[in-house]
Amino acid sequence: MNINTTKIISLLFFIFSVFYLYTAYQIQVFAFDENAPFNARTFPIYLGYAGLFFSGLKLILPDPNTIKVEHKTLEYKKTGILVLIAIIYGATILKVGYFLTTSFFLIGSYYFLGERRWLLMFMLSFPFVAAFMYLLHGVLDIYLRDPFLKLIGVMG
Amino acid sequence: MIEGILIGLTTALTFQNIFMVMIGCFFGTIIGMLPGLGPMTAIALMIPITYGFDPATGLILMAGVYYGAVFGGSTSSILLNAPGVPGTVATSFDGYPMAQQGKAGKALAIAAWSSFAGGTLAAIYLLFLAPSLSKVSLSFRSPDYFALMILGLTAIAAFSSKGQFIKAMMMVILGLMLASVGQDSLSDITRFTFNNMNLTDGISFVLVVMATFAMSEALTIILKRNDPTAAAKQVSLTELGSIRINKEERAKIIPRTSIIGFIIGVLPGAGATIASFLAYGMERNFVKDEEKEKFGKGSVHGLTAPETANNAACSGAFVPLLTLGIPGSGTTAVMLGALLGFGIQPGPRLYMTNPEIFWSVIMSMYIGMVILLILNLPLIPYIARILAVPKNYLIPLILFFSITGIYVMSFNNFDIYLMIGIAVVATFMRLYDFPMPPLILAFVLGGLMEENLRRSLLLSDGSWTFLWDRTLTACILATTILIVGWQIYKTFKSRKI
Repeated sequence: MNINTTKIISLLFFIFSVFYLYTAYQIQVFAFDENAPFNARTFPIYLGYAGLFFSGLKLILPDPNTIKVEHKTLEYKKTGILVLIAIIYGATILKVGYFLTTSFFLIGSYYFLGERRWLLMFMLSFPFVAAFMYLLHGVLDIYLRDPFLKLIGVMG
Repeated sequence: MIEGILIGLTTALTFQNIFMVMIGCFFGTIIGMLPGLGPMTAIALMIPITYGFDPATGLILMAGVYYGAVFGGSTSSILLNAPGVPGTVATSFDGYPMAQQGKAGKALAIAAWSSFAGGTLAAIYLLFLAPSLSKVSLSFRSPDYFALMILGLTAIAAFSSKGQFIKAMMMVILGLMLASVGQDSLSDITRFTFNNMNLTDGISFVLVVMATFAMSEALTIILKRNDPTAAAKQVSLTELGSIRINKEERAKIIPRTSIIGFIIGVLPGAGATIASFLAYGMERNFVKDEEKEKFGKGSVHGLTAPETANNAACSGAFVPLLTLGIPGSGTTAVMLGALLGFGIQPGPRLYMTNPEIFWSVIMSMYIGMVILLILNLPLIPYIARILAVPKNYLIPLILFFSITGIYVMSFNNFDIYLMIGIAVVATFMRLYDFPMPPLILAFVLGGLMEENLRRSLLLSDGSWTFLWDRTLTACILATTILIVGWQIYKTFKSRKI
């Protein structure tokens, strides 16, 4: 059998389905519901078996349309950095506040993607976020939590 | 029906709703133009904003984005030979050769008029068909709904990616698995939460859409070193030539291709892509040999047919959503998810319980088509400049909109991490051609599917005979079996070759 990445993904999906099925069988249902035609674990159990069936089928059947990805040409570094910046953004947004973290997230992302026009980067971060915040908070009345702006008295 | 039309007009013609259609069409056109970013991304990015409005306005905005994005896709197809959305691939067959011959303006004008005509005609079909189908669908029972959902999921898997039926079915199962996380709707028993309180209410629909479309598309562009705007730098977007066209060029073809497009749009899983290819192929067979020779070299017929059909299919896709509450495509699945977020359950009773939503969406389609025409025809050269926005700015802005969308909904770090995690997995799966629309459709339908299966099994005392007890259920199931059978046949046929 020719092992390719699609097969590996299918194998991972098969393992995931086994785990899902095992967890589905562990779902605690009410005693009176145990032998009912349908309870909280019925549908997940069917899904688990369906997952095993389709991933198993993909594993067993030959794959004439094999997709080959040239990993050398992929930009893992920039993608990884972007994901990392997004994680840092997620970690700080509640504590620092929407305005500052979002503006720094944008500046950081522009920079790591290769942008060096600082004035444009600034215009498309701080003033842009401020305008967007005004649209959400001021016009559309969508609440935005921002401890920093609250601290300096800009937001109520 | 007259009363309904009046209700719809009253709602759709308010200043706010007209403004929303304009914003939707404009924003949709811009996103649709950018290759790789389709209507699903455009609508997903709009969802957080729609929660600031009432449901009718929110849906009107999303509908505007939808047909704006489909039209926007045709602009990049014609100017750059880089279809913004799959539904406009067929447009590039003759649109791009026309642009190369110095008739870009004419090609864009034909696309605009054809989209307008196709969309308007389809909205008329929808106007007459939707209320009747709503009445018919009142006779649907749980087994029929369950079978219909199986059909929809199978169909979208069959049509979403050529030769990748099993992969698409794996995505369907994954979508249903993600939907099963959280409290069971009837017993309130928590499932797959692993004692994490953040998962008790399940995974947010907006989170899954943002992660699998907006965010993962942005990451894929970076990962593959694609530049969706690079081709624009090679083209002079201000020298498009005349936008004048004569009546002959758009008359005969539009009625028949709009019908084809509408019918294909109504079918679950099909949609604008299949509609446009089918219309293109059909038109090629209809024309005289002399005209047939021009196909692929800048034929007006070859451009008009897919453009009419793809916009008609967009309107057609609203039929199952509004009348059965079952979306036929990934895009309408996103809309269903957003409606459920508003606390509205589309379906046969929507027509009676929320007539203002039902009718205003249909009425706003007419307004949307007019606005698309007014907006796009004179503004095309200017709007097309958006294609030159560097990806260094485009990608961070997409990520920013995605994360903001989740932040304003939950104020929860966990949701942001979960979204990033799902986006990374989705990006990796995209590399290997695992289609995302089936996952979204399955995720949206998961809860409804379980509910209908529960009712059906309880009514039949645990027996699966409910699948063939009713003629309607049996017919729907037979169609599903036919689709699966056809896919298996095609798989084995391709292996023999």
